Amino acid sequence: MSVSSQAPWMGAVQRLALLVGGTVLTLVVLLLLTGHDPAIALRALVRGAVGSWYALTSATLVRAIPLALTGLCVALAFRAGLLNIGAEGQLLMGAAAGTAVLTALGASLGAFALPLALLSGVIAGAAWAGVAALLRQRFGVLEVISTIMLNFVALYTVGWLVRGPLQEPTGIYPQSASLPKAVQLPLLWTGTRLHVGLVLAVLFAVGLWWWQGRTASGFRLRAVGQNPHAAATIGRIDVARVSVLAFLASGALAGLAGTVELTGVTFALYENLSPGYGYTAIAVALLARLHPLGVLGTAVLFGALQAGGNAMQRDAAVPIALVNVVEALLILLVIAGDRLGAARRATA
Amino acid sequence: MAAPTAPAERPAALALRGVTKRFGDVVALDTVALEVRAGTVHALLGENGAGKSTLMRVAFGLLTPDAGSITLAGVSCSPPFTPRDAMARGLGMVHQHFSLVAAMTVAENVALGATGRYEATRVADTVRAIGERTGLVLDPAARIADLPVSAQQRCEIVKALARDVRVLILDEPTAVLAPDEAQALLRWVRTFADADPSHAVVIITHKLRDALAVADDITVLRRGVRVATGPAAQFTEASLAEAMLGPGERSAQVDAEVRAPRDRMSAAPHAATPHARDGTDTTSAAVLSAHDVVVRDTDGITRVRNASFTVHAGEIVGLAAVEGSGQHALLRAVAGLLPVTGGQLQTPADVAFVPEDRHRDALLLDASLTENLALRDAGRRSGHLPWRALADRTTSLLTARDVRAAGATAIARTLSGGNQQKFVLARALDEAPSALIVENPTRGLDFRATAAVHDALRAARDAGLAVLVYSSDLDEVLVLADRVLALHDGVVHEVPREREAVGRAMLGVWSDASMTHADRATPTHTPSPGAST
Repeated sequence: MSVSSQAPWMGAVQRLALLVGGTVLTLVVLLLLTGHDPAIALRALVRGAVGSWYALTSATLVRAIPLALTGLCVALAFRAGLLNIGAEGQLLMGAAAGTAVLTALGASLGAFALPLALLSGVIAGAAWAGVAALLRQRFGVLEVISTIMLNFVALYTVGWLVRGPLQEPTGIYPQSASLPKAVQLPLLWTGTRLHVGLVLAVLFAVGLWWWQGRTASGFRLRAVGQNPHAAATIGRIDVARVSVLAFLASGALAGLAGTVELTGVTFALYENLSPGYGYTAIAVALLARLHPLGVLGTAVLFGALQAGGNAMQRDAAVPIALVNVVEALLILLVIAGDRLGAARRATA
Repeated sequence: MAAPTAPAERPAALALRGVTKRFGDVVALDTVALEVRAGTVHALLGENGAGKSTLMRVAFGLLTPDAGSITLAGVSCSPPFTPRDAMARGLGMVHQHFSLVAAMTVAENVALGATGRYEATRVADTVRAIGERTGLVLDPAARIADLPVSAQQRCEIVKALARDVRVLILDEPTAVLAPDEAQALLRWVRTFADADPSHAVVIITHKLRDALAVADDITVLRRGVRVATGPAAQFTEASLAEAMLGPGERSAQVDAEVRAPRDRMSAAPHAATPHARDGTDTTSAAVLSAHDVVVRDTDGITRVRNASFTVHAGEIVGLAAVEGSGQHALLRAVAGLLPVTGGQLQTPADVAFVPEDRHRDALLLDASLTENLALRDAGRRSGHLPWRALADRTTSLLTARDVRAAGATAIARTLSGGNQQKFVLARALDEAPSALIVENPTRGLDFRATAAVHDALRAARDAGLAVLVYSSDLDEVLVLADRVLALHDGVVHEVPREREAVGRAMLGVWSDASMTHADRATPTHTPSPGAST
């Protein structure tokens, strides 16, 4: 917790190695239990995740981008003591807002179209989180409940949009018109699908890490998250204000993830735009112990798992659901490990 | 204090022999023996951490001893011995922190943990019957959350009696009570023990006076070892204090703490403290001044109806009040944490506040001490936090104020309660505020830590701070204060610094001699406009 000291690199590397090892081990056990040949399945997994430059960039890292941005969203909220489970809904609203801006004004904005679309996603995500923040502040509604509910509202709102106002011109498919090349995020490497969203994710992770550790406002966020009573009494911090701002910032990150996914990967709005990135983000954030830089690491790990899982399903006929089970088990293992460690420290 | 009449052949109500309990490398209890004679009240004395509660938790089956035996009414309790077994054998324990469900009624709480069907009327009848038999009267339909602390405590005891408990263990029962309530409880304990030869009560306490007032026998523990035991008549407050603290460890400070309550019991005028009290107060500036102040809490309930007082530079003003009188709202208003909704309150910008619940309101328990130092007024900071300078400052603070910690990077949770409180005080005083507001500054601390905190408060006073101290322990108010304010039902009265007068004023009874305004006590001080008479 001592942010003032130098980053414990060895600890982080060790932890990541442990996580990867734990993942492989759990997977092998599950594969054996379900009657699959672990050797074949794992080979497919590794090939799909990191087997080639294309697999690494276009499968793993492309998936890691929305996971990292939504993971930062969750980590920021949890740090502030807010259980924002609504990254999925905030992401969808961000994607919807971006689509609306680009389809309505895209041609007239020229070079400003893409930045404005990203900005609209940020605002939409913050606004969607703002609904939960308002409910919490004014009426004491638990944000766990309201954000989950708002996920469904967002999902069905997108469903209506792609069959109504934002549907593609022919009116056949439940999706928006494809975005023209001009408003797509530039690629980092030609020949791959890796777009500049990766740079955004890294910038935000480093920025958040620096802000939380070094600045007074970042410290206020952590203080409120750790103990709102002491923050108010000793710190004379306006806890309600810090909470609302943190909630908005958290939603903004998920909204950005939505527009980045829209303009970098899917190029159109449709209901299944996100395969649950906003939910997996909770795992990403928790496994990283809410550390912004750690989120980058766990986002890549989960991106690799999902990319590899797809390959495993294709090449070794192992259902992708197995990968979801592994993700869930990892969280349980890590939480249990942390608790054990804390208990041991407490008795020492 | 009738002489115990239990025949010698009757076995002890509760006997512990050779009880040893280790937590890791720490020996919490070292071959401790305790014999509670049937029909008696037994006081278990000791400093915090001496092992009193641990011993009783062993007796009640909450902890399994590493060695030793437990015998209840002559029958040995073989392991595994659980609280359920203890209660089945007639042993009950009322913990310091009550285990009641606040949202439930008295009857529901009494029924909790029993087996079979819950019949509201039957349980209500039981509660009423116990009330008639023992004088512990409770409304079975009252919600626990609506009851005062003393009634909640009665409910805990009734809960035990409803299960036919004959041997009661009470853990610090008077700590939460007003003086007259504490007296009533001790009288009840006496009556209960005398009512039946199978009855007995163990009172865990660190209040010497309570022990001497009610107990037939006293046992003193020090650092997990039994250092004294015998009939209460063998002991004096001085000998008990020496047993609790150990030979040669009594500092002048602790001496004063022990002696002070006795002085007041004899109603003798209190010896003047070293600090000058001969009117010099009136010439120093009023730092805090309140005139007809009204304060509502965060729920909008009016907690302080009329508070008028002043606190001058270089004095400690003690606030005495029974729990629920509005003291917390008043202190927070003076500290600038609650708005004043009526009257005038003049305070300097730099008021430091030490809340009573340090875990809840004063510390980030999982953060370093440096971060906890940075917490002070973090709401007013902007830009970068100078972590290196803050760490240096923390380090020097730890040395200067004798806070025992592994260093500035130590996590707050790892400090002992006394050192946490010393740190909280040191942090409050760090930037030389002009006023200091403290609330129950020694709650949960042992003698030595208490003395250190008291020293720090007196040093702050001598350095010219205006200090306002509230303590739920009246003795602490009297030991510390130069002047005393009593708060009852949201109204403040200045009262003479005498135990009886303050005790009465806390309950809303004040003599004509006492005054309602601090200004009148300091006649040379010019009243501010707007002060009512």
